[in-house]
Amino acid sequence: MLELQHISYDVEQDGDNKGILHDISLTINERFVAITGPNGGGKSTLAKIIAGILTPTQGKILLDGEDITGLNITDRARRGISFAFQQPVRFKGLTVKDLITLASGKNIGVPEACNYLSEVGLCAKDYIDREVDASLSGGELKRIEIAMIMARGTKLSVFDEPEAGIDLWSFTNLIQVFEHLHEKINGSILIISHQERILNIADRIIVLADGRVQKDGPRKDILPTLLGQTPDVCSALTGKVR
Amino acid sequence: MDAIQKSLLEQVADLHEVPEGAYNIRANGQKAARNTTANIDIVSKEDKDGIDIIIKPGTKNESVHIPVVLSQSGLQETVYNDFFIGDDCDITIVAGCGIHNCGVQNSEHSGIHTFYVGKNARVRYVERHYGEGDGMGENIMNPTTVVEMQEGSYMEMETTQIKGVDSTVRTTRATLGPAATLIIKEKVMTHGKQLAKSDFTVDLNGEGCHTNVISRSVAKGESKQVFLARINGNAACYGHSECDAIIMDKGVVSAIPEVTANCLDAQLIHEAAIGKIAGEQLTKLMTLGLTEKEAEEQIVNGFLK
Repeated sequence: MLELQHISYDVEQDGDNKGILHDISLTINERFVAITGPNGGGKSTLAKIIAGILTPTQGKILLDGEDITGLNITDRARRGISFAFQQPVRFKGLTVKDLITLASGKNIGVPEACNYLSEVGLCAKDYIDREVDASLSGGELKRIEIAMIMARGTKLSVFDEPEAGIDLWSFTNLIQVFEHLHEKINGSILIISHQERILNIADRIIVLADGRVQKDGPRKDILPTLLGQTPDVCSALTGKVR
Repeated sequence: MDAIQKSLLEQVADLHEVPEGAYNIRANGQKAARNTTANIDIVSKEDKDGIDIIIKPGTKNESVHIPVVLSQSGLQETVYNDFFIGDDCDITIVAGCGIHNCGVQNSEHSGIHTFYVGKNARVRYVERHYGEGDGMGENIMNPTTVVEMQEGSYMEMETTQIKGVDSTVRTTRATLGPAATLIIKEKVMTHGKQLAKSDFTVDLNGEGCHTNVISRSVAKGESKQVFLARINGNAACYGHSECDAIIMDKGVVSAIPEVTANCLDAQLIHEAAIGKIAGEQLTKLMTLGLTEKEAEEQIVNGFLK
């Protein structure tokens, strides 16, 4: 269980403090939670604060009751937090198998690594020995990123806009992976997304705008309020996948 | 050979036992072992230190190992090895030099290798340099490689210097005939106050010939590296050089391209990228549970793999 207590995050801009997140308190215990909201609302910042990439200006983060606010990225990863980047990172020389092996934390064999690739819809034998470099497309990198999260199998998996930077055709295929993701990953999935099809499989939806939680509740209560009723949010939702 | 020499041999040539095929093992300036085959002859030079390796035309799927190990501090030698590779051969040549220096004097090995590559022959040449020892004396290697490639021949050179070589100046000069191809892949890691300089000159003389000179390097500590790739396009040809380097600590890398098109149909390209490890690469591996140091090691090892 992840608890965020009164999280705020400020940045200095032109000598002034600008608030990105304001007093966010959330408890995440459901299997599949989606965070949505307009661009610039603070979603990615919140995800990075959970992963330890950013340090909150105020507030506490607890994982299963333990205060992890002061822990760095590595220690949080070892406690059971996984984070899929919005823009997956390329590595010259490291192969898909290298990364999946590092993600799993043990010396897994090729068959096991291949299983994770198959889960995300990649033909394992074509990819296992490929370098994770500029020769891979954005869609392929996203899938490898998800395969790494599966290989980690931690109690909390955070995905930052898995649809970002992927053309609509690739995403249509990728969404099927997410539809089955909660069956493959043990623990909670926290996913930042603008995609209706992803919101549609969430147990709970949190709407973050202007650095504050605007709405929070079960999907059946929140989703109808997002679709077609609030033009601002809606344009952000549909604009993202074009 | 003693245990130190055997260990060096393992580092530079992956050899645990005597290799299969032809070989010449040189230890502390002396011939330690030699084997020839029906197709590959190895003959000691009479006018200077070194050997001639003569490979009969049409020799396929054979290999030659010519490792050199130095464990005697202060030994300095220059060795001339000439390879005569007949037409239509397909062979692998493994060379390498390992120095163990625990004394105060500099140990130095300069290997001058000349390859005469016959028509339509294919050669894979692997060269590894490695140094160790905790003495004050430096490990110095200054290899010179000269390649003359005849029509339709193909040569792939993989040179690696990963550890322990204090000072190296690697000079490579190649001339390519019609439709010849030369691929050079260099991997260098320097640390401490080491200096590594690579100086490549490739003359693309024959029509349709092709070269690709690729360097991947990591400079740590206060080490310095210079990568100089000089490609002269003297015919309708294609030449490409690429330097990709990671700098760490106070490491310095210079990439100096020099491409000259002396023919209207020559296509020459140079690329260079030098920089520290990207912060997001470290962050990504740390989110997998690696420490920053472990992440750095993985990135460097992968880069030089």
